Amino acid sequence: MSFEPPVETCKGTIREVTLGTDKKVGGETTFPFHLWEGEMPNSPMIAMEVYDEPQPEWPEAVRKVYEDVMSDPVAWAKKCQDELGADAICLQLRSIDPNGSDASPESAAETVKKVAEAINIPLIVYGTGTPDKDAEVLKKVVEAMPDANIPIGPVEESNHRLIGAAAMGYKKPVVGFTSMDVNLAKQLNVLLTQLGVPEDKIIIDPTTGALGYGLEYCYSIMERDRLAALMQNDGKMQMPILSNLAPETWKAKESRVSEEVEPTYGNVETRGILWEAITATTLLLAGTDILVMRHPDAVKLVRAAIEGLQTQSKEKVAS
Amino acid sequence: MALSGLQIFKLLAKTNCKECGFPTCMAFAMQLAAGKAELDQCPYVTDEAKAALGEASAPPVRKVTVGAGDMAVTVGEETVLYRHEKRFEHMPGLGVLITDEMDDATVDSLLLQLKQTEFNYVGQNLRPRVAAIKAADAGKLAALVAKADEKAGAAIIIMHDDAAALKAAAEPIKDKKPLLYAATEANFDAVAAVAKELDVPFAIKADSLEALAELGQKALDGDFKEVVLDPASSSLGDVLLDQTLIRRAAIKKTFRALGFPTIGFPCNMTDDKMLEAVYASVFVAKYAGFVILSDLDPARVLPLLYLSQNIYTDPQRPMQMDQGVYPINDPGPDSPILVTTNFSLTYFTVSSEVEASKVPAWLCIMDVEGQSVLTAWAAGKFVADAIAPFLKKSGIEEKAPHKKIIIPGYVAQISGELDEELGDGWEVQVGVREAADIPKFLRQWSTN
Repeated sequence: MSFEPPVETCKGTIREVTLGTDKKVGGETTFPFHLWEGEMPNSPMIAMEVYDEPQPEWPEAVRKVYEDVMSDPVAWAKKCQDELGADAICLQLRSIDPNGSDASPESAAETVKKVAEAINIPLIVYGTGTPDKDAEVLKKVVEAMPDANIPIGPVEESNHRLIGAAAMGYKKPVVGFTSMDVNLAKQLNVLLTQLGVPEDKIIIDPTTGALGYGLEYCYSIMERDRLAALMQNDGKMQMPILSNLAPETWKAKESRVSEEVEPTYGNVETRGILWEAITATTLLLAGTDILVMRHPDAVKLVRAAIEGLQTQSKEKVAS
Repeated sequence: MALSGLQIFKLLAKTNCKECGFPTCMAFAMQLAAGKAELDQCPYVTDEAKAALGEASAPPVRKVTVGAGDMAVTVGEETVLYRHEKRFEHMPGLGVLITDEMDDATVDSLLLQLKQTEFNYVGQNLRPRVAAIKAADAGKLAALVAKADEKAGAAIIIMHDDAAALKAAAEPIKDKKPLLYAATEANFDAVAAVAKELDVPFAIKADSLEALAELGQKALDGDFKEVVLDPASSSLGDVLLDQTLIRRAAIKKTFRALGFPTIGFPCNMTDDKMLEAVYASVFVAKYAGFVILSDLDPARVLPLLYLSQNIYTDPQRPMQMDQGVYPINDPGPDSPILVTTNFSLTYFTVSSEVEASKVPAWLCIMDVEGQSVLTAWAAGKFVADAIAPFLKKSGIEEKAPHKKIIIPGYVAQISGELDEELGDGWEVQVGVREAADIPKFLRQWSTN
């Protein structure tokens, strides 16, 4: 019995979503990196995080990288773009948290505007996941930036009308956030499209769990999202996927706890960087198109992994 | 792939003797196909039928065990391509390459690490379990293998091109079932003969999947069942390609010649130790049975072991924490008491936020069969008349006599009832709905 490579082709295609002026994500006609049986026209995008207020609680490994720019989101964004090779910036509007600084929508919009004007790579703007406040702030953000193609999120079922309407008015892509559930993700996409948000302006954030903290759940949710999109040709699931992974991986005990406290765990910086890089790589294999990342060394590792995954001997399946 | 009733019928005596307890051979065949009867019930079954049926019921990816006793590593027996379809069965054996180019001190320290490295994660002990031993000189190979067996007790992979060298190193520990690595097109017959003689598993290695399948077929023809595949992938993309096609061929096509677990050597793919760990993560997620690293630095082994556990955990059985009181940040009698469910994700999220708050606290984890707070509440498991007895028996009273209990914000509605159930001296406080708000809540909390 001779071997015939069991090549599979997919019925569906992931939609391309444009960020900024001309950067595209999505467009896959096959499973992640299955380049021997389909196309992946856009490499996964690495969006590096910028915060709009200092993050003194961060572990040393990441704090020391951004110490000089922590109180200046514009300088921070330029550092990520010019020195650290970010494909995009994800501006995390932590200052608007009602349980934190509770900054006004106007001040947040002002920060977004300054950052957007300082960089020439795509910008993604993320709230804190407090539905009412996020809606209020993101509305101001799109009004302040009428012409820029800036995806905004997280959009949840409870605020999808408010944010969706604002996004549509200014032709902004939205990132729909649902809590680790394929059906909820689909339902939110249905709601957004019923509202009138074009299908090629929607990105899925299916929730990210870090390595050791629920990674397997989002891994399987993403695999199922992609099976529905590609094999069942489900048009309501054919959106690119974003993983907001950095906040999760750097919150994990294993990426923070010192070697003095846990002597068997090894060097904390190595561990933290790998916690982020391995979480990101695993999510790439499940279908992530946009990785939101923090540590520059983890970014380099994931870039090397992406290049490695794209290097394939296609003659292996030539028949 | 299972045979149909009709295919099985063709292998039977077709005498309708009824001695099996069924009215006809056809009826018996149908029951066999449905897994409701045993072939042994037929007194006239031929050896040929037994072989054919046994073959048909073998798992699409064969089971292979390397090592013995506590350190045995079993891989294979996989039945799906996606873990949500059922589950992945056996975590890969993570191991380290040890060669004669290393000095004695390095070898000793690696073997010691192999023996001692162990991490506890959600009640499981995770550890590297494999020593892959390589030496050009046959004498040195045998000596290293003996040393590894003595000092680490790990599952052992013996690496050499020459069958005689493999035999010399493997024979003294053949009861420990070392894996012979590897039979290639050039030495297949000789290595296979050693594997047969010593009754140990062996690996086959080829540069293309076609060539690997040919060797796999030779192994099947020789009636070998414990075989490990090395597709010798030269790039990370080829790792994904080879591992995916091998698993697909085995599961979807029941292609027996590639129906074996695989081995991967990220240690040979890059000199960058960090990148090696990232490469290894691709092997772990994508089906490899054995993953061999260049050393055992715990900071790089820990995330890979966690990843193995995550990927191989049964998705149909939510990971659960043991019921009990978990101290966080070294709490005392005046520290706040939080109660929540034993769904592992709930526990992870809550405990990591409490930890991040730096506020010492007691976390009471209640067994609700691994459900989240809202699911368990809706199912009547995380409700007042269940939580009250749990808290009273938990011993939290002795640890924190203030007896003020913080419940998750999502079940605020049970606070009155829980107050009643707990009775005098207890006080129920409603906490926050989202774990992210816990630090602020705890910082503002005081017993008064």
